[in-house]
This record gives sequence, structure tokens and C-alpha cells, in this order.
Amino acid sequence: MSTVAIGAARGRLELREFFRRKEAVVFTFSLPAFILVLLGSVFSGDMVDAGVSMSQLFTASMVGAGILSTSFITLGVGVATDREDGTLKRLRGTPMPAAAYFLGKLVLVAVASLAEVALLLAVGVLLFDVELPTDPARWLTFAWVFALGVVSCSLLGIAASGLAKSSRSAPAVMNLPYIGLQFISGVFINPIVALPAAMVGVASFFPLKWICQGMRSVFLPDGATALEMAGAWEHGLTALVLGAWCVVGLALCLATFRWTNK
Amino acid sequence: MSAIRVRGLRKAYGGVAAVDGVDLDIAVGEVFALLGPNGAGKSTTVEILEGHRKRDAGEVEVLGGDPGRASAAWRGRIGIVLQSATDAAELTVREAVRHFAGYYPDPRDPDEVIELVGLTGKAGARAGRLSGGQRRRLDVALGIIGRPELVFLDEPTTGFDPEARRQFWSLIRLLAGEGTTILLTTHYLDEAEALADRVAVIAGGRIVAEGSPKTLGGRATAEATVRWVGADGPQVRRTADPQNLIVELSRHEELAELTVARPTLEDVYLDLIGERA
Repeated sequence: MSTVAIGAARGRLELREFFRRKEAVVFTFSLPAFILVLLGSVFSGDMVDAGVSMSQLFTASMVGAGILSTSFITLGVGVATDREDGTLKRLRGTPMPAAAYFLGKLVLVAVASLAEVALLLAVGVLLFDVELPTDPARWLTFAWVFALGVVSCSLLGIAASGLAKSSRSAPAVMNLPYIGLQFISGVFINPIVALPAAMVGVASFFPLKWICQGMRSVFLPDGATALEMAGAWEHGLTALVLGAWCVVGLALCLATFRWTNK
Repeated sequence: MSAIRVRGLRKAYGGVAAVDGVDLDIAVGEVFALLGPNGAGKSTTVEILEGHRKRDAGEVEVLGGDPGRASAAWRGRIGIVLQSATDAAELTVREAVRHFAGYYPDPRDPDEVIELVGLTGKAGARAGRLSGGQRRRLDVALGIIGRPELVFLDEPTTGFDPEARRQFWSLIRLLAGEGTTILLTTHYLDEAEALADRVAVIAGGRIVAEGSPKTLGGRATAEATVRWVGADGPQVRRTADPQNLIVELSRHEELAELTVARPTLEDVYLDLIGERA
């Protein structure tokens, strides 16, 4: 079998394992949607000038955070677990090409992230009157923001998996940047202009702020640019920062990846 | 022809030698057991041969290749049975075995392998729900699914009940009968005696003895211990020629509860590793 065929087989296997872990699906996969229901219900006012409601703003931003969860957390914890439970050691003793393992993880993350986005949009449409865009140009924006976001956060997750001493400590290690970034990147606190400029300045060095901003540009009317720090969607800069994180993430993976804990 | 040829293998961790000049020759088709206490260098040696660990010095050839520079084709010819893996917990036995078959150019039939390791009744069960012994049998299935020429078994029957061990032994004999070379490490001396053509004892990072289970450490020619209960109570005598001793003794008295014992493999082993009381 070719590397691609083995990678696809691994992807199917990874998805089966992921969705069979009931508590992971209920508590990790559904968490962003749960938080969206809470935040969107607590802050339900309208931002009249921008033509959007607070809950719509939270929906678009939470789509970005959902992608971070299904890519960064899934792989940061997942690869640390694979290293500990013998998955990686076993694979290393077979003729499976190393690329097929990462291809399988990519399939897992891509499908899980799409499912996460669909769940969050369903909450937005059903509870908060979010209207899905009909303009193909917006869906094209969604496609590249999604792709760059998933790839950069996946690579960073794989690199971060090496920071965890064991699979038990991995969720704690991953949650620190995940929760911290959500506070300063315009996910938990919206609109982002309500945050101190210095905080957003720090967040601008990391992918989450740009993924969320990109998702707002897809799902909110253009009047909502008034609620952005720059007063614009900044697509060029978004692509640049996320692209740069893909390169940095790949370099970190290549430099730090280990097959075992020893 | 050698399946494994090792000369002067060395590996140290933080300046402490774990493997300190090991030589090994294992022929194609041989069942070879490596015995030794914990920390003797068994696992390090095996992991270097499997390609899981880098060596510091020495020549190593496994199936004609250097495991330190293993290719995918080389990995396809060996089978590794892991010792303490808990992976694939959410997959069923059948799913896991079928999936791993896909990695190899000429795998065995997954259902046959499941039958071979005695898991047919559990083929639909999740790996995470298997008992310890059943889980190890799944590890064996995953290790042999690729029809390997050489199988590494690191303490394979730890945690098996006696019946499961017997089943496992017949599986190893079956593989050996097909011409598979087998390198086995074990704590159980009866296991080495039952399965291995040759055994080596490793202690302190060195091979201290090597031979067939019957001749290891001069076992076949060692003095026998003759025990009996005579008129004056229990008696013990060591002799190189127990037959003559018994003939001589029986002229004078009744030899109740007579036994003649050569040193067991365990006696020889404990002598070799210097732990005999």
C-alpha cells in the first residue's frame, strides 16, 4: 500500500478511536458549544452601530476557538498519549511510513474540526439568529482560514506534546495556552476592542487571534469591522501570520519529535 | 547462516554501562532465549536489535541489515511483540489486527492469526476490555501478522495463567516449525527450557554463559545429588557417578525415598548470576 493509502487507513482508525471515547466527545468536543451557549445567552445585547448582536460575535469567535481545541488540544494530548501507551513504539517497529502517521492525524483533525465548526454554527443559527453566508467568496475565506488554522495549530500541538512528561499531565500543559489565549484573543471577551491594546498586542503574535478574526470576517456583516482593533478584516496579515506559524510549527516538530518517552 | 550477529555491543546511560561488550550469534530458524535479572542489559540489547535504540559501539547485523539504519523493507521482515503496550484500547481485536495487516507486503490472514493466538471468541471485543493475558495475546497477533522471518518476544508470558502459557508455547513451537527465528527474553527458566534451542545468560551487561538448556553452565556433567532415608535418618551424597553409588549403597540397606537430581536450570542460572544462597 502507498503512504497515502496507509495514511487514509490510519485516518479512519483515528476517527473511530476518537469518537468512541465517549467522555472525550462529551466533555472536550462539546465544551466550546457549551461555553458558546452560556456566553451567547449572558451577553445578548445588540451592537447597533456594527449591525450585529453580541451572541453573533461570540458565535463567530468561538468557531475559531473550536478549531484550536480540535487541532491543538486533540494532538497535544493525543500524541503524548500515543507516546506513552505504546502506539508510537509499535508503529516504529512496523514498515508503516512515518508520514502515514501524521497524515492519519491530519485526517482526524480535519474531520473533527469540521464537525466542531458545524456544531458551533448549528448553535449560532438555532439560538442566536446567525445567518450563514451565501456569497462564495466568504466560503473561500472560510476555507483558507480553516486550513491554515488547522495546520498551524496541529503542528504546534504535536510540538507541544513533547512538553508533557506523561499523558496525564498533557491536558494541563495544553490548557494553559488554550485558555490564556482565549481571554486575550477576543473569544471569551467580545468585542476585541474592549480588551487592553497591549493584551491584544501579545495575542497578535499567536494564531488564535487571527483565526477568530478571519472567522468573524466570514460570518459577520462587513459593518462589524468597526469592532476590530484595526477597523478592517486584515486578510493579508491573517494569512501571513498563520502561514508563518505553519512554518515555525513544522520546524518545531522536526526538531523535537520523539517516538518514545525515554 | 546468521539471523543475528553481534560483536562488542556497548551501550551506556549517563556513563553507566548497561551493555558492556556483548557478542551473539543466532542462526536462522533458531529459538534463542536471553536470560538475566532485571537491569542486566536484556531489554537494552533487544531494543538495539529491534532498531528502537542507538548503540554506542559494536557491530550489529540483523537479517543482513543494520538496525540503527532500518529501512521500511527491513522492518517488514521482523516482528516485535511489545511487553506493556495499552494502545488501540478503543479498537476491537479484529479491527486492530486487520489494520496492522495493511502495513505489510505479504501478511497472514487476520482471522487465522486471531485463531492462532486463541482470541477468536474475543475478536469483536475492544482491546481495552481484554484481560491481561488476552491483551498480551493480541500483542503477539500484531507482532506476527506481517509473516516475520524474525520475532522478538520480550518477556511474553508475564501475567499468563498456566493454561495460557502452554497455549502460548505451542504457538511459539508452531512459528519455529515454520522456520521463524525467535529471540525471546524471559524470567521463567522452565519457559526457556521448554522452548529454546539455545540460551544465553546475561549479567552486568555481559554474556556469562551460553549453550543448550541441557548443557548450560556444565549442567549435564555436574555432580548429581543423591538423597535417601536410611536407618540413621535422611542422607545426602554428591557424586559424579550416581549409578555406582546407588548399587553400592543398596547392598547394605533399604534406600527409602531415593531421589537423584542434577542441578536444575534454575540452580545453574542462579550460580551464574551470583545470587545463589
